[in-house]
Amino acid sequence: MAYAATTTPAKNRDPRDRGGEAQPLLMVKGLLKYFPVLGGVLNRKVASVQAVDDVSFDVAKGETLGVVGESGCGKSTTARLLMRLIEPDAGSVIFDGEGVGEQHGLSVRDMRRSMQMVFQDSYASLNPRLTIEETIAFGPKVHGVSGKEARDRARALLGKVGLDPNLFVRRYPHELSGGQRQRINIARALALEPRLVIFDEAVSALDKSVEAQVLNLLNDLKRDMSLTYIFISHDLNVVRYISDRVLVMYLGKVVETGTVEAIYGNPRHPYTRALLSSMPSMDPGKRTTAPALTGDPPNPINPPSGCRFRTRCAFAEGVCATVEPRLEIVADAERHAAACHMEIAGSGHTKAIPQLAPQLSGAVA
Amino acid sequence: MTAALRQDAAPVAAPARVPLVSVEGLTVKFKGGDGSIAAVNGVDFTLERGKVLTILGESGSGKSVTLKAMMRLHPARKTTYGGKIMIGGRNILALSERELVQVRGSVVSMIFQEPMLAFDPVYTIGHQIAETVVRHEGVSRRDADKRALDLLEMVQIPSAARRLKAYPHEMSGGMRQRAMIALALSCRPDLLLADEPTTALDATVQMQVLVLLRQLQREMGMAVIFVTHDMGVAAEIADDVAVMYAGRFIEAGPVGPVIGKRLHPYTEGLLASTVHGASRGERLETIPGSPPNLAKLPSGCSFAPRCKYVEQRCRETEIPLFKPEPDHSARCLRIDR
Ligand SMILES: Nc1ncnc2c1ncn2[C@@H]1O[C@H](COP(=O)(O)OP(=O)(O)OP(=O)(O)O)[C@@H](O)[C@H]1O
Ligand SMILES: Nc1ncnc2c1ncn2[C@@H]1O[C@H](COP(=O)(O)OP(=O)(O)OP(=O)(O)O)[C@@H](O)[C@H]1O
Ligand code: SF4
Ligand SMILES: [Mg+2]
Ligand SMILES: [Mg+2]
Repeated sequence: MAYAATTTPAKNRDPRDRGGEAQPLLMVKGLLKYFPVLGGVLNRKVASVQAVDDVSFDVAKGETLGVVGESGCGKSTTARLLMRLIEPDAGSVIFDGEGVGEQHGLSVRDMRRSMQMVFQDSYASLNPRLTIEETIAFGPKVHGVSGKEARDRARALLGKVGLDPNLFVRRYPHELSGGQRQRINIARALALEPRLVIFDEAVSALDKSVEAQVLNLLNDLKRDMSLTYIFISHDLNVVRYISDRVLVMYLGKVVETGTVEAIYGNPRHPYTRALLSSMPSMDPGKRTTAPALTGDPPNPINPPSGCRFRTRCAFAEGVCATVEPRLEIVADAERHAAACHMEIAGSGHTKAIPQLAPQLSGAVA
Repeated sequence: MTAALRQDAAPVAAPARVPLVSVEGLTVKFKGGDGSIAAVNGVDFTLERGKVLTILGESGSGKSVTLKAMMRLHPARKTTYGGKIMIGGRNILALSERELVQVRGSVVSMIFQEPMLAFDPVYTIGHQIAETVVRHEGVSRRDADKRALDLLEMVQIPSAARRLKAYPHEMSGGMRQRAMIALALSCRPDLLLADEPTTALDATVQMQVLVLLRQLQREMGMAVIFVTHDMGVAAEIADDVAVMYAGRFIEAGPVGPVIGKRLHPYTEGLLASTVHGASRGERLETIPGSPPNLAKLPSGCSFAPRCKYVEQRCRETEIPLFKPEPDHSARCLRIDR
């Protein structure tokens, strides 16, 4: 899927920018990861979990891409592949025009300076024996920044995330509240001055009022430090609030992507619609009477043929079992694409347009 | 298929008009290294059969401690209870250990956020449910096995017969959660305590579990106390809502008025800080400061240090309960702000 970035909110150009405004900060193509399932007496590979299967997307400079989907659909695996915490089986990642880990491209080490990740569990990801200052200064020191400068940077960042450096530099993680710890994690991720930050359920464990503080903080930091975000969350309200564009995943595949307005206002994939109608309404007069989606997701070791959603889809027909629907643009202006036979002209699904006038067709490459 | 679980006999010891649950002046204190922690500081409420009370509140406000007190699950040696918990005519705080064991499971039972806590990893799901039924009701093993199957079907676990033989780790998160509900309902309790049972689930599964719980609760005429920190979840399931802060119910009432006509500044802050409906880029409201230290609570209103409506008198006196409507109450001197 190759989209030209249409907007770049960053006004004055970032000196680190290499590819120019129109170059997406991140281009992901055909990312694939199958985890081996070991078994038998010899503990050999007997099957594989198709955790991330041919995932492609772009992230434009300065935008926030929200990633949603059922538990186990491959969101965290995608994030870990981008960070190269695990090796992909196939696919390429292009960071501001440079191939990551490719010859003449960007080394994994340099990529990790530009791309950082914040996890859900604010406690487990902090070393209990390091003070807050040491925690934040650690990354820069590893990357060759002098001790003094790294400490100065740590203090400045503490201020940025709303914690008084004089009160906090010498504290240890167990002396902080959950919201404060998550701010430390954010400060630590920002210490290497990254351009892209991936948040994997980073606010999910926080109380609502603390969550609101952290979300405000993320908006401020993004503006002040011209950051780009990938924001993974199962809270659909939070994703709507924070994102410019949304990626919907189901069982290792991208099933729909588009602007927040397109996805929340005009969802086209049956899974996206089911997901969105599972949002609590906040109105006791309008309670959900029947769940939009029943049953469990299929086993990723042996996913359904054709469309992976077909076993739970109310519109599934013969073609859904035999042909895998490709991600098809449904509205160009909103960069809106969905992978469903009902949206593919001439797919053979009874709800699809039989054939499209040639000048209007637009398959996603 | 739920016939096996319906209340067929009239409930004992609960004459008409007496609510199933009535809690008066409940306090829970823990002895600790650095003094005593006042986790619950005077909670009062009643709950009728067939109704759902949702307790909302920030982390550390005392929701789980209140719930566990309803079954007297806190470690006896370091916990001091005060007040009264009446469930179906029994005062839970006055029961002997033996009586308690009988009450747990058959009168009151509990489901948790993490279903793995409820199951023993070395036995199958079916075995554990049947075992509970045999222990509490003394029925034959065959009848208990049959009940286990009915229960798994009732909570909509696909291919229930096969799942009876599954171990807890072989199930998905949503399925385990439903199996735990089956286990909790296996002895037809009058009261189900649910501690954030959907918080760890994703949106679609959360909604499945909420709809299921509501349906079972209605069919079985069971009362439910449901703890959550998500206002949206409360709106989906609650008849009544109690908002907890520093070990007290600072506001309580029917779900509609509590969300629509909130009285307490803390409830106001909680509602304002949810992202629900906020548009992109708009600044979210937050509640400044952090929850009070339970080892030394401030005098007067415990929310005063964070409250934007605070006046001098708020810090000086115990705040009484105001009831502008007969069923909607709040502990705040400035409900008319
Ligand atoms: N190291 C691993 N070895 C084997 N399987 C794995 C491994 N990591 C993840 N998986 C499997 O890959 C699939 C995708 O997992 P992943 O953690 O990416 O999902 P997720 O979308 O992040 O889910 P959640 O919302 O629960 O965090 C799951 O089926 C998971 O069990
Ligand atoms: N066994 C115990 N001994 C000492 N203190 C305890 C014990 N159990 C709970 N507490 C304290 O009591 C207070 C209330 O805890 P509780 O678990 O009820 O909070 P909660 O409202 O359920 O929060 P959360 O939303 O995080 O689950 C906390 O300060 C907690 O640390
Ligand atoms: S392709 Fe078929 S099964 Fe898949 S979502 Fe569309 S209609 Fe449903
Ligand atoms: Mg994950
Ligand atoms: Mg709790």
